[in-house]
Amino acid sequence: MFKKFTKDDVHTQTNVKSSVQRALRTKLVNQYPKLEESIKILMPKKSTVVLYKCEDKINLYAVNDEVLFYQKFDELIPSLKLIHMYPSCFPRVQVDRGAIKFILSGANIMCPGLTSKGAKLPDEDIAKGTTVAVYAEGKENALAVGKLLMSTDEIKKVNKGMGIELIHYLADGLWNFEIE
Amino acid sequence: MAEEPVKVLYCGVCTLPVEYCEFGKTLKQCKKWLKENHPKEYNNLYNSDAPTSSLSKEREEEISKSLAKMQLKEERKQERELRKLKQEKIIVKRIPRTKHKNVIAVCNLEQFDVDMKKLAKKFASKFATGASVSKNLETKDEIIIQGDVGEEVEEYLQDMLKKKGLDSVKIEFIEEKRYLRRK
Repeated sequence: MFKKFTKDDVHTQTNVKSSVQRALRTKLVNQYPKLEESIKILMPKKSTVVLYKCEDKINLYAVNDEVLFYQKFDELIPSLKLIHMYPSCFPRVQVDRGAIKFILSGANIMCPGLTSKGAKLPDEDIAKGTTVAVYAEGKENALAVGKLLMSTDEIKKVNKGMGIELIHYLADGLWNFEIE
Repeated sequence: MAEEPVKVLYCGVCTLPVEYCEFGKTLKQCKKWLKENHPKEYNNLYNSDAPTSSLSKEREEEISKSLAKMQLKEERKQERELRKLKQEKIIVKRIPRTKHKNVIAVCNLEQFDVDMKKLAKKFASKFATGASVSKNLETKDEIIIQGDVGEEVEEYLQDMLKKKGLDSVKIEFIEEKRYLRRK
């Protein structure tokens, strides 16, 4: 989604009304319940949230000049900076070392990369369509955000084809996007 | 209890978290930066034993080989671009308008990764004159500054280049002759 994303893709930039901010906050907590405790630090009540409307109906939300999350349709998706800040708040999957290179150039993640020895999938099932943070073998921090194309149980069973659609990864357009 | 955010160390060269530098395109510069700025992390990352990996040795070698290739390519590319950039020169032109009035045109700036509009704004406020970005005859962008401020502009540009480490770039000062229009 952000493979080719530059400043020129931003159409408008507006401050978000406080009532909308409130709605945004509850929505975020609904989606990621573990964020509830940190939301006050993340988005203090008096902070100004800036909304960037971009090409392809992508909306970016920024607090303190840092893009924290964005949405394409309805769902709010955290940016990698946010995931790095609160790693425990998002569902996580792990890929093996061989896959890192391809992910960092924006490829979707194939099932074998998620089921091999160095990879890790959580024991409990994560439903299809969930946004997950992608980690890598031997690394501490997340390197991508993706959307499950199959539930994790299915990935384990089928073990073929695309497992995760990549949305945002390190060093892509959004990562390099800087607010002035 | 509100949870404090985790602070991640980002590389000053490639902006990735430092552990991902090895997959970036500028590993050498990243290593240098980390060594200078965060020697402790540097030792942790690069001087400890080989990273644990579940992959077979051959796969591992393959990966590092392809990475090395990519990094070498990128290095060469940067070198080439830098050399090219150093041969470029900025042209500062003084164009006469009426009797004692001149405007200054600055062209050939776009290769240097500057925001023309912003620079024009800066000039305008610095010299308290009008400055704008317009297209010249070759349909290239240039900054037009009202008023005879050629030398100051030259000085400023030199400073700017120095900050970017491009000392060898030349700045050429041209004076355009007045066309005598007689009726």
